Amino acid sequence: MTANTQTQQPKDFGFNADEQALTDVANKFFQDNLPTQKLHSLVAHDSDLANGTAAHWDRALWQQIVDLGWLMIGIPERSGGLGMSAVAVATLLEQAGRAALPGPLLPTLNVGFILDACRNENADAALSLICEGKTFSYASCDQFGSWEHATSPLTLIDGKLNGVVHFVCDAQKVDYFLVNAKQGDDVTLMIVPADSEGLSIEPNAIIDLTRDQARLRFDQTPIPEQQIVTAPGKATVALQLATPALLVTISADMCGAAEWQLQTTTEYARTRQQFDRTLGFFQAVKHPLVDFMIAIDIARSHLYNAACAIDYEPDSAEQYARMAKAAASDTAAFGSKKSVQLHGGIGFTWECFVHIYLKRQLYSQVFLGDAVHHRAKLAELLLNKN
Amino acid sequence: MTESTNRDTPEQAEFRQHCREWLTTNVPALPDFKPVNSGAEVATDEHLAYYIAWQKSAYDAGLVGCDYPSEYGGGGRTRCQSVANQEMLRAETPIFPGIIGLGMAAPTIFFHGSEDLKKRLLPKLLRGDELWCQGFSEPGAGSDLASVQTFAERKADNKWVINGHKVWTSTAQFATWMILLARNDKSDKYNGLTYFVVPIKSELGKSVTVRPLIKITGETGFNEEIFEGLVVDDSYRLDDVGKGWTVAMTTLAHERGAGPLTTPTSGGQGKSDAKEKQPGSDTNEFPLLKLAKNCARNGKPAIDDQVIRDKVMDMMIRQVGIKQNRRLRSVAGLADRQRLTLQDKLLGTEYLQDAAALALEIAGAGGTLSQFDVDAPDGGKWPQAYLSSFGGTIAAGTSEIQRNILGERILGLDKSK
Repeated sequence: MTANTQTQQPKDFGFNADEQALTDVANKFFQDNLPTQKLHSLVAHDSDLANGTAAHWDRALWQQIVDLGWLMIGIPERSGGLGMSAVAVATLLEQAGRAALPGPLLPTLNVGFILDACRNENADAALSLICEGKTFSYASCDQFGSWEHATSPLTLIDGKLNGVVHFVCDAQKVDYFLVNAKQGDDVTLMIVPADSEGLSIEPNAIIDLTRDQARLRFDQTPIPEQQIVTAPGKATVALQLATPALLVTISADMCGAAEWQLQTTTEYARTRQQFDRTLGFFQAVKHPLVDFMIAIDIARSHLYNAACAIDYEPDSAEQYARMAKAAASDTAAFGSKKSVQLHGGIGFTWECFVHIYLKRQLYSQVFLGDAVHHRAKLAELLLNKN
Repeated sequence: MTESTNRDTPEQAEFRQHCREWLTTNVPALPDFKPVNSGAEVATDEHLAYYIAWQKSAYDAGLVGCDYPSEYGGGGRTRCQSVANQEMLRAETPIFPGIIGLGMAAPTIFFHGSEDLKKRLLPKLLRGDELWCQGFSEPGAGSDLASVQTFAERKADNKWVINGHKVWTSTAQFATWMILLARNDKSDKYNGLTYFVVPIKSELGKSVTVRPLIKITGETGFNEEIFEGLVVDDSYRLDDVGKGWTVAMTTLAHERGAGPLTTPTSGGQGKSDAKEKQPGSDTNEFPLLKLAKNCARNGKPAIDDQVIRDKVMDMMIRQVGIKQNRRLRSVAGLADRQRLTLQDKLLGTEYLQDAAALALEIAGAGGTLSQFDVDAPDGGKWPQAYLSSFGGTIAAGTSEIQRNILGERILGLDKSK
């Protein structure tokens, strides 16, 4: 693309036998264990939105995922993980997104990437917790959802954590939080067990049925030294290093979910008849489906380019990852709308499955910044370079 | 380049060596005029002479028609045309003027023509001695190609008499021959078509008239042809009477690059020279970003306007996405190759159009200036690019037809007709 990039990525994105095997296993696992019918009864049995604070997930299924080692695929071997590529992580999350998996897979993988970037003894100890099957979610947002600019509303003073952090994904499901807090003029990262003293988890009522979310309220929560995972002044660098991976995982989830939306809506257009024709005969239906398909394929192309950049071309990873999230968010917005609209009346009902994915995508679109945000950040990157 | 070299068969490896050796000393010097980018842009006799000379010379060296049997003037090789194409592109050679002949007429004649036609027509076609044009579209038959009305009436003495009107015909002004899709039966849309090769040049001023059509850009480059009682022998027919639609599918498959025979292509002339001429300039900078830095809006660079900035980034993301899409499609485990390949024309042509439209928006009032005005931003290339872009989104299957093809072949939706 622009400026300096003589790309050093392998042409095939480094998608090799290991990545292929993982894709196949994950694809089959979700087909066998989480068909859409099962997902629907798991997360959509209650249509009362006032109960949107609930965390619906299948713990037995989750244990299988842990046993498959998927929490540690991206963690380097030196920290006890499987040391697979970012492309492998992307392909796994694409499959998980396609199944709209409820469970803290993405948040835990994200924390794994941040901890790995911390390069610190305590961070390595936290990584071994993940390898043992413990789950994590990253907490850094203020009440407006800002997450990138050291805007954390939390403070760490004299070993005590105080304040309220917002929009914490899958907070009711995880064992630990990775928390971003201000310490003087600096930012510090620390792990906090979910059952810590002085921590209240206040669930939000959210639209997405496949996730849960909460505010974390810290009141004099003690943070022993060994829970702090960044050396002084190193947190921002670690977060910057991990940012491309965080954007890749959510983009992968969205691409997978979008493909489900496309296939489901296409199947309906192939079979549902009106005016003595299938819906797909009509170009007002056919052409948007094609545009959705093309948008997915472009978003996936960005996804694997960004993931491969993490593995092979780290200097370009941030700009490619921002492109990937922007493309995935726009694709999800367009495709979700069409997936409901093209189903007609049944698409407007709770019993039709498409709303589950619409709602998951709505959540994902803004998670870690929407398309407009990432285009603005991309422009900053490109303009500051010259 | 190394990648393709490694996968060469012994025959391809030997042939590649031959191509490289020949190209070392035989690439012609740059012409006095600005080189054109495609055979469809050949406009003057001077262009024609220069490019024909190149095609002949490449043919004589065995670089054109490599995979056609030798009895039809070909090289009698197996899968060597792609090797020649790679080496010519690498050597930055001039384009071939005979694109319609090489890309469409030759494979169609090869698969559907009589032995006699193949022996008579293919050698001259491949060498560029005779240029070809394609008579498919008509004023009343665009996307719905099978509705062509040009009529071929069969006479008693093995002759056909042809009357009708063909349009949008590139290079007809230079062509000796035309591949022609005509109707022989008005009662059957698809089975009432027959395919011919017909002489153009020898009939000019008699039963055939060729007139230039002026494009939306003001340029010429394609033509319309009127047939008024052109008489051709039955031996000029390809395949059976009524099989014209099937034959046309062979032509269109090769036009889209999806046919079994690889089209001889040449090009890239002057590429590295152009780069050397702009030392220090960042030739890789995204052109719309550069334009938005150089154009002003409310007294500030246009790129400082947040809406413009967002649109420029969006367009850049599209451009990178298309490039990565082409990369992704060759990775079997990650992508359905056909699904991605069939998108390529639509993606590329709509991108060019939307990027040019955005450039005009960035340029603001400056976007009204054509390439003939000294004040035009970027030399006035954007209005020109925008106008030309419709050639891409309309020709060879409009964007709407492309969406039908994708919806039907890839998504399995019912045919929209």
